[in-house]
Amino acid sequence: MAEHVPVVEVNDVSKRFIIRKEKSLKERLVNAGRSKQFKEDFWALKNVSLEIGSGQTIGLIGPNGSGKSTLLKTIGGIIQPTSGTIRRRGRLAALLELGAGFHQDLTGRENVYLNASILGLSRKQTDLYFDDIVEFSGIKDFIDTQVKFYSSGMYVRLAFAVAVHVDPDLLLVDEVLAVGDEAFQRKCLDKIRSFQREGRTIVLVTHSLGQITEFCDRAVLLNKGEVLFDGVPHEAVRDFRDVLEERRQDEAEAHNATHEEQVPVNNGRIVSTTVHAAGRAEGDPVHPGDDLIVRVTYEHPTGLPDWIAAIQIDNVQGVPVYGTASPRMKLDLGVLREPTTVEFVLHDVQFGTGKYFINSTLMNRERAHVHDVPQAVSFDVPYYDLAVGIVHSTPEIRVVGA
Amino acid sequence: MTGLQESPLQRANRLSTEPWQQAGGRSSGVTGTVASVREIWEQRRLLRLLTGRELKSRYKDSAGGFLWSLAKPLTQLFIYYLVIGQFLGAARGIENFAIYIFAGLTIYTLFSEIVGAGTGSIIANAGLVKKVYLPREIFPLAAVGSALFNFAVQFVILIIASIVVGTLSFGPQLLFGLGALVLILIWGTAVGVLLAALNVYLRDIQYLVEVVLLLLMWASPILYSWQQAAAILPQWLLEIYVNSPITLAVLGFQEAFWSEASNGVPLPHLAIRMLIAGVVGLVALFAAQRVFSRLQGDFAQEL
Repeated sequence: MAEHVPVVEVNDVSKRFIIRKEKSLKERLVNAGRSKQFKEDFWALKNVSLEIGSGQTIGLIGPNGSGKSTLLKTIGGIIQPTSGTIRRRGRLAALLELGAGFHQDLTGRENVYLNASILGLSRKQTDLYFDDIVEFSGIKDFIDTQVKFYSSGMYVRLAFAVAVHVDPDLLLVDEVLAVGDEAFQRKCLDKIRSFQREGRTIVLVTHSLGQITEFCDRAVLLNKGEVLFDGVPHEAVRDFRDVLEERRQDEAEAHNATHEEQVPVNNGRIVSTTVHAAGRAEGDPVHPGDDLIVRVTYEHPTGLPDWIAAIQIDNVQGVPVYGTASPRMKLDLGVLREPTTVEFVLHDVQFGTGKYFINSTLMNRERAHVHDVPQAVSFDVPYYDLAVGIVHSTPEIRVVGA
Repeated sequence: MTGLQESPLQRANRLSTEPWQQAGGRSSGVTGTVASVREIWEQRRLLRLLTGRELKSRYKDSAGGFLWSLAKPLTQLFIYYLVIGQFLGAARGIENFAIYIFAGLTIYTLFSEIVGAGTGSIIANAGLVKKVYLPREIFPLAAVGSALFNFAVQFVILIIASIVVGTLSFGPQLLFGLGALVLILIWGTAVGVLLAALNVYLRDIQYLVEVVLLLLMWASPILYSWQQAAAILPQWLLEIYVNSPITLAVLGFQEAFWSEASNGVPLPHLAIRMLIAGVVGLVALFAAQRVFSRLQGDFAQEL
């Protein structure tokens, strides 16, 4: 029958939050006339429309405060939108932030029954699943302990175990996978995979862009409460990196504006850093096999003898993936005084998909850092279908024997 | 459970026939209340579980368990009987004073527990309210449930005591007891539901409620007779006093379990007054639910 069966319809939803600065009756009475001053409102969601079909796995991404969690909560019915409507069908299980509505004073066992009941299971059905739930959570020894004594990891383990065992048609997951040790994370991700095979719908909020490209068949990028992009995950991830880069630059500018006087004028500085691939313009994507050209201009007012020019390339997670410096090449740069431009040519670079940042450093002969410009410039490596990771290589896969 | 064997296509087909549910948002007016009531009814199993949880977690880790729920009313009974009844001489005009007090206290404690626990119920369950969607009326209703349990325990003691003392006799006057119970349930739930919602926005309410509940206890003829109040209060105040649902419920309970054998003077037209208070209470309950429903949309963010 129907190929595309919508299970969630978000229709022009907006959500306004009002932040009141006073909380008690006294304060409110005292400030009754001027309550405007003590209120601040902002739109967490602005005219968001979304249709989610059965069996889809959707990733919601966006910077902090972009409305991802709010959107998830409105889908879950926990927060009501200020305007617009949301409808959904089928059984819903939600894992929002840490834990899924446990009562501190009750034991793990009692909470499992309580939670299962909230999610719509009868006692008999819960009995049936109980052993599976406990086994999946891996906290058998603590199941009769009050949950207030649980560690945050145990808490999430149990919450996740309940949520995935209640046979939901729609699972909402909010960043909980970051908690728990690696083995448990693996287990959760395996469970999510089997959910996908079973045609369940999953809405995932996560900061791990790797998870988005790995699991989701669709990603929605939110920024300041608006949908910026809705579609193929790797494109959403690319756009998201652009949003983050924009914000980083804004912040850096703001930072520079307030800290200008701290730039060491007397000690010499890095004037500029640029990057491009040989034969391509600045800002164009860098393809595997290109020669990467980084030009850095330095100056020193009083003269810096035996100075050192260095660069380092980081990926978005801040992991250094490449670094080099003039002494490695046995290069003597002499005395730095007038603006001097050094060109680093990195031959035949083979970076994997993603965004990379170049950190630029000027050092004196004792290798003390005279001036650092972290994330001075960035470049992108386009999406590559055949492989993932930070290293590029053209794969070839074949069977070599029966 | 068919779910585990279901293929993706079967699941999609089943879902395509399932009706849409509005996420969270409910309609207004009478239809809204009807929808809420239906929703709560569907979750009645959960309501029972929450009530049990409330009771369980209250006396968790104590050896005496729910017996402690008796400690307070019995102590109250003892103090009032001794101090108010004997020292201050209130017992002189009232026969079987202990039963008289206990009848009033039992029904009043029900009201005060419903309102007291109901007011704090949303905040006490913040963990659930913020994480899962439920008809939130369930929380004040669970407070009603656990208050009813404590009431039942006290009620059994009242019955036993009134049999021993000899004030209990079988007859139509027992209907007043039932009426009083219904009256308190209606009004207690209405006030509890309303204050539970307001308390989320104004935390002062829970403290205010404690004070008001103390006041209300003395504003109903639990420890003295209504004629004593009638002798002093001006007419307009007396009208308010005798027609307050709490006074009526207390009088109803006394009528049922004490009056017959103790020469009590009944308030004129008690039955009709209780009936009117009940009808007004139902309207109040409806209004309270509407307010609750209006406010509950923002609970998760206010907590």
